[in-house]
Amino acid sequence: MDTSTHSSASSSANSESTNARERAPSGAMSSVSVGNGENRVSKATDKVKLKAEGVNVFYGDTQAINGIDLDIYENEVLAFIGPSGCGKSTFLRCLNRMNDTIDICRVEGKITLDERDIYAPDRDVVLLRAQVGIVFQKPNPFPKSIYENIAYGPRLHGLAKRKAELDDIVESSLRRAGLWDEVKDRLDKPGTGLSGGQQQRLCIARTVAVSPDVILMDEPCSALDPIATAKVEQLIDELSESYTIVMVTHNMQQAARVADRTAFFHMGDLAEVDTTDNIFTNPQDQRTHDYITGRFG
Amino acid sequence: MSLTIEQRRQHRLETIEKSLSKRHRKENTFRRLGLVAVLTGLTLVAILFASILSKGVPAFWQATLYTEVTFDPDVIDIAPKPERQEGETQYAYDERMTQWLTQAGLVNWQSLIDASLEQALGEEVEPRQLRDLRALVASGERYALRDRFTEDPSLLGETVSLKMLASADVDVWVKGNIDRDLPDARLQLSPQSRAWVDVLQEQDVLRQSFSTSLFMNTDSRSSLASAGLAGAFMGSLFMMMVVISLSVPLGVSSAIYLEEFAPKNRLTDLIEININNLAAVPSIVFGLLGASIFIGYLRLPLSAPLVGGLVLTLMTLPTIIIATRASLRSIPPSIRQAALGIGASRVQTVFHHVLPLALPGILTGSILGVAQALGETAPLLLIGMNAFVANVPGSPMDQSTALPVQIYLWQGNELRNFFEARTSAAIIVLLGLMLSLNALAIWLRKKFETRW
Ligand SMILES: Nc1ncnc2c1ncn2[C@@H]1O[C@H](COP(=O)(O)OP(=O)(O)OP(=O)(O)O)[C@@H](O)[C@H]1O
Ligand SMILES: [Mg+2]
Repeated sequence: MDTSTHSSASSSANSESTNARERAPSGAMSSVSVGNGENRVSKATDKVKLKAEGVNVFYGDTQAINGIDLDIYENEVLAFIGPSGCGKSTFLRCLNRMNDTIDICRVEGKITLDERDIYAPDRDVVLLRAQVGIVFQKPNPFPKSIYENIAYGPRLHGLAKRKAELDDIVESSLRRAGLWDEVKDRLDKPGTGLSGGQQQRLCIARTVAVSPDVILMDEPCSALDPIATAKVEQLIDELSESYTIVMVTHNMQQAARVADRTAFFHMGDLAEVDTTDNIFTNPQDQRTHDYITGRFG
Repeated sequence: MSLTIEQRRQHRLETIEKSLSKRHRKENTFRRLGLVAVLTGLTLVAILFASILSKGVPAFWQATLYTEVTFDPDVIDIAPKPERQEGETQYAYDERMTQWLTQAGLVNWQSLIDASLEQALGEEVEPRQLRDLRALVASGERYALRDRFTEDPSLLGETVSLKMLASADVDVWVKGNIDRDLPDARLQLSPQSRAWVDVLQEQDVLRQSFSTSLFMNTDSRSSLASAGLAGAFMGSLFMMMVVISLSVPLGVSSAIYLEEFAPKNRLTDLIEININNLAAVPSIVFGLLGASIFIGYLRLPLSAPLVGGLVLTLMTLPTIIIATRASLRSIPPSIRQAALGIGASRVQTVFHHVLPLALPGILTGSILGVAQALGETAPLLLIGMNAFVANVPGSPMDQSTALPVQIYLWQGNELRNFFEARTSAAIIVLLGLMLSLNALAIWLRKKFETRW
């Protein structure tokens, strides 16, 4: 095999000086400087949050994912890139078992969250999805009020005992998603009445409201304009202080801007995973190289 | 050889223009065809309604005699109504009451009616002409008079203004629903009766009055003029209750299970195909099935709205299941994914999000299915609901008919002139019931509609 197997690059690879935004480090840190010159600071720790070992995924008889091994560290931002149809969404959905909802989909191999197998028979998928939340490509708010959209998850899991607590969760979630100021006067209006970008941030707030450990995002900005995209990117950066974030993106500048590490998928294989810097400046795999250069000209 | 670019452009222009006019012609033809189809449909509906309304609405008014009836003590020559005495057992009291009622039944009430008509006509009627006189009044009226008296014996000796239904023959004659030039032998009313009708009409004793009997009475064979819909209406109502309370919960829950939870395999495919086939089974087959299962095997009573309701439930189930599944399928999958992604279980996803969104469609489908069942006749004939029942059913277990069956029975009655209008009136009542059900469906749809 070539370098397409995982390179479990430790995120402590190139420790650097800190800037004003940085909080007290809880582990080894890495700061990745990216193409556009902006500096962001990784909040990743050494702890492996999610671990995939030999994951195969089949849709009926066709195999969509071929034996992927991948470690995802706590509080890191990991981006999945790769050509269309290469299995990014499929692999992402494995991480909180959203693939269970597709009848013909079959997952093999082992995925652990905090060293516990998420596909174990005694594992409750409800609890798993409360721990590993997901934001979809197309904003999909419930056709209910903004308040109800956020409150649904906490209420479902019994996270708030009193109305005041629930109000609190709604407000803080909307604040985290940077949406509070825009919607605080119309919490009782339908969530579907917001603009596309606002809806996407509402969906992020909805996921944040159940305080998951990991947030999966499947092309969260693909339907958004540059300003809304910038807002979501900033949000991801802020969220990475306390959440592990895995995102699929087709926008390589975006990966470069927000991701600590980047994984390149190719035809169901994980071709390469490394710090975002390395992927974009010094790819080890020929396929990565072709893809990156093809894109950047 | 080859064309210049200019020539090609010219050619292209011409080709497209030619095909354009063809396209427009096609579009116009299609539009005109559609318009014709819609107009034809509308015309037919208009004709249907016009004919039913023009025939049926007059039946809501009926020839009625407004007369003075004297409760003549010479005719009503019976003991006073018994009253409960101290120390008397209930049984003894009932015994005496029954005797008294029997006595009252033997009184010649008809002669009181005869007397009141004689008075109205202002002439003495010879005994041999009594037959002609009695042909004017609905034969049920003498029992009405009896009941009036037994309820209130203090009327003895009093003279009371009464409304009495004229007989069906008189109603037909007065409304002109019969050719007046027919020879006497082919007219139901004798020349003498007809002459009296004219006199009574002149004196305003015989007038049209709103027909409460149509709504308050059950069907009648002895007194055709007072035949009413009450029994059939209640029977239909009880059947509706049975159908709604069985087919809606059963149908909706099986649809939810099949659509949202059942694994997709051979077995569920087979079930799906069979449900679709069931929807196409002629309703009379369900009647046969009901007759053999509910009556033959389970020994449920014949002619009961309960059995009718069960049969119609069988018939309605596939319709409701199909409508509910279609409605569930139309909910965008992104809503389900959103709920699942937050950690809702499948049941929670369905009941918190999918079902409320699908509700308008489910309600509309269910109500239309129920309305269809309401108009069904054939299966009811097979379980004996075409029996003649002279009582208003008090429960779904009592014998009864149903509105569509009553329509069927009336339209076959030999006194066509009278029952043609009555049939149309019954159709109006049935259509009214259906239209209100449909209005309910529309209202519910509006109420629960959510935009996303
Ligand atoms: N529900 C499904 N049923 C059958 N095959 C599927 C299904 N979803 C995805 N696939 C197949 O699996 C492969 C991977 O699809 P996937 O959606 O994961 O790609 P992707 O990398 O997310 O692509 P994109 O960037 O276009 O979103 C594709 O070949 C696709 O056709
Ligand atoms: Mg995808």
